[in-house]
Amino acid sequence: MIETALTDLWYGFGVALQPHNLMWCFIGVLVGNMVGVLPGMGPLATISILLPLTFGIKPVGAILMLAGVMYGAQYGGAICSILLNLPCHPPHAVTCLDGFPMTKQGRGGVALGLTVMASFVGASWGITEMIFLSPILVRVALQFGPAEICSLMLLGLLAGSTLARGSPLKGVAMTVLGLMLGIVGTDLETGAERFTFGMTHLDDGIELVALALGLFGIAEFMNSINQVVSINAKYTNVRLRDMRPSKSDVKQAIAPMFRGTLVGSLCALIPGTGPTIASFVAYATEKKISRHPEKFGTGLIEGVIAPEASTHSSVQGDFIPTMSLGIPGDAVMALLLGALMIQGIVPGPQLIKEHPDIFWGLVASFWIGNIMLVLLNVPLIGIWVKLLTIPYKYLYPSALFFVCIGVYAANNDMFQVGETVVIGILGYVLLRLGFHPAPILLGFVLGPRFEENFRRAMLISRGDILVFVERPISAVFIGLCVLLIGLQIYVRIRGAKPPIEIPTVLEGAE
Amino acid sequence: MRPAHSPVVHLIQNFVRKRDFYAGGLIIFFGLVMALKGPGYRLGTLMHMGPGFLPTALGVILICLGIAIAGTGLAVPEGEDEDLLPEHPEWFGWACILAGPLCFILFGSLFGLIPAIFSCVFVSARGDRTATWTSSLVLATVVTAFGVGLFSYVLQVPMPLLTWRGL
Repeated sequence: MIETALTDLWYGFGVALQPHNLMWCFIGVLVGNMVGVLPGMGPLATISILLPLTFGIKPVGAILMLAGVMYGAQYGGAICSILLNLPCHPPHAVTCLDGFPMTKQGRGGVALGLTVMASFVGASWGITEMIFLSPILVRVALQFGPAEICSLMLLGLLAGSTLARGSPLKGVAMTVLGLMLGIVGTDLETGAERFTFGMTHLDDGIELVALALGLFGIAEFMNSINQVVSINAKYTNVRLRDMRPSKSDVKQAIAPMFRGTLVGSLCALIPGTGPTIASFVAYATEKKISRHPEKFGTGLIEGVIAPEASTHSSVQGDFIPTMSLGIPGDAVMALLLGALMIQGIVPGPQLIKEHPDIFWGLVASFWIGNIMLVLLNVPLIGIWVKLLTIPYKYLYPSALFFVCIGVYAANNDMFQVGETVVIGILGYVLLRLGFHPAPILLGFVLGPRFEENFRRAMLISRGDILVFVERPISAVFIGLCVLLIGLQIYVRIRGAKPPIEIPTVLEGAE
Repeated sequence: MRPAHSPVVHLIQNFVRKRDFYAGGLIIFFGLVMALKGPGYRLGTLMHMGPGFLPTALGVILICLGIAIAGTGLAVPEGEDEDLLPEHPEWFGWACILAGPLCFILFGSLFGLIPAIFSCVFVSARGDRTATWTSSLVLATVVTAFGVGLFSYVLQVPMPLLTWRGL
């Protein structure tokens, strides 16, 4: 089995190293890193803005580029949180706790250098996991009938919405709202037009790009305009020389790096626990096993390394269910899956077999992209640090233009720009009411496939709803769903508090 | 001190001040739209589901969720941030952000890409409190030049640069 995996991986490198694929991967990580550094721009906004640009590229190049944007933005976010104490992306919130004190002590460069190292180790482990686990998962998943797929999707939707930030009830409500938005348009089976309110433009459904840019673009800009956190650029003077850690630093960092990686990969196996939870767990673990837990928060290197390694290992691990089962764990994965669907590729267990170039090319490009990021981040740190000081007043009007032209170019349709504005207003209202709109995307992407499989399952079982608990594999998934809900209620009643204080995260830049 | 009301009135008054009351209300509204409109698309049977089946089911679920959200609002004590509007409402800023894309639609369909980009960036840039006329003009010019280069020449978005479609 190891042999086939290695042959496939070799093939993947062949795909990823083709000049144009290499170029798209490079553009992806470069832009991702650049935008990720900018305060107030998270990976979700970045990927949504760049999504329309990939429509003209072949599917392999498009997915390599978008995935590159994602982990590039992760690297960039770490710079922002360590040097400015601004977590642009929730997983980096804990990195601030010890990263910024290190900066204040003048050791910000060292923290950055070690973070790059830890991220690379974490990501490498996650990729290895993906290589060996995905084929096994696919072999199991190919036996799934519609009932199993349905319960699995239900589990994915529930986990993605209840384990995310904020109240689980509101998360589930957002997922259902997303399912509803996915229903808009012509029903594929019967041809009935649903919730179009007589607008022919809506016959093909709501455009994914319009939805994502409305929620994570326009709504975000409305939320952040004139709310400028004064950017403290006092410590941003980092040069390449400062990044080299001393021998004792490296020695201190190695153990937390591997512990963080392990925590991240374990978190990736539980559906719905994305990088944010992984980083929190890693930080808490470090604090627990440390001989001097009281020193955490004063600039301890372990407090920076472990969460960063954990984040990267769990992000790569998140690709496993997304690519091998077609069930995304969070909104970023849903967006990537949506991008594949726009390219005409059907996600699910058959993806690896039917499009080996996409899957193995992606795996290989992770490594190539991560190496590129190390090469980009280390010598060019001065440029990234300069980007931190771009004021928001120049940022959002330019981004708004990218939103407009992106949505327009998706279908050459002005109506969809209007759609984006409406969704943006809705998104802002939801934000103000304490909802986190990310699960909407999850429901939206999975919705049509959920309906299709539900219908099929009901047709096969002759309308017997009990089929979901009668078939063993499906029953396990349903059982997990019940367990998940039970656990949430239990936590609610016990009134458990999170183990660490969460520093304020820039809203919505998830 | 507030005038003494009966406890029920007091409870309701407290309830209406909560953000979760409106959050639940909005979700119930969406649920009602779906649950009422869904059956119109033909429900079908469980075995042969019609196009209205899932929307109706989801609508009912949404209504339940909405009630639960509003209910938790009743149960928990008042939080710090129960205001519907943020501390400093940015009506002008919001209007500028929304007007940007609308300008893009209007000028884009009437006069072409250049006026569309320029108006979109210029109008939205005015929303920042520290922005001046000059800074907005400069920003809009720079972004227009860049945008025309990237989208019209490199990516070849099919939209005329300058045109006149009449008023």
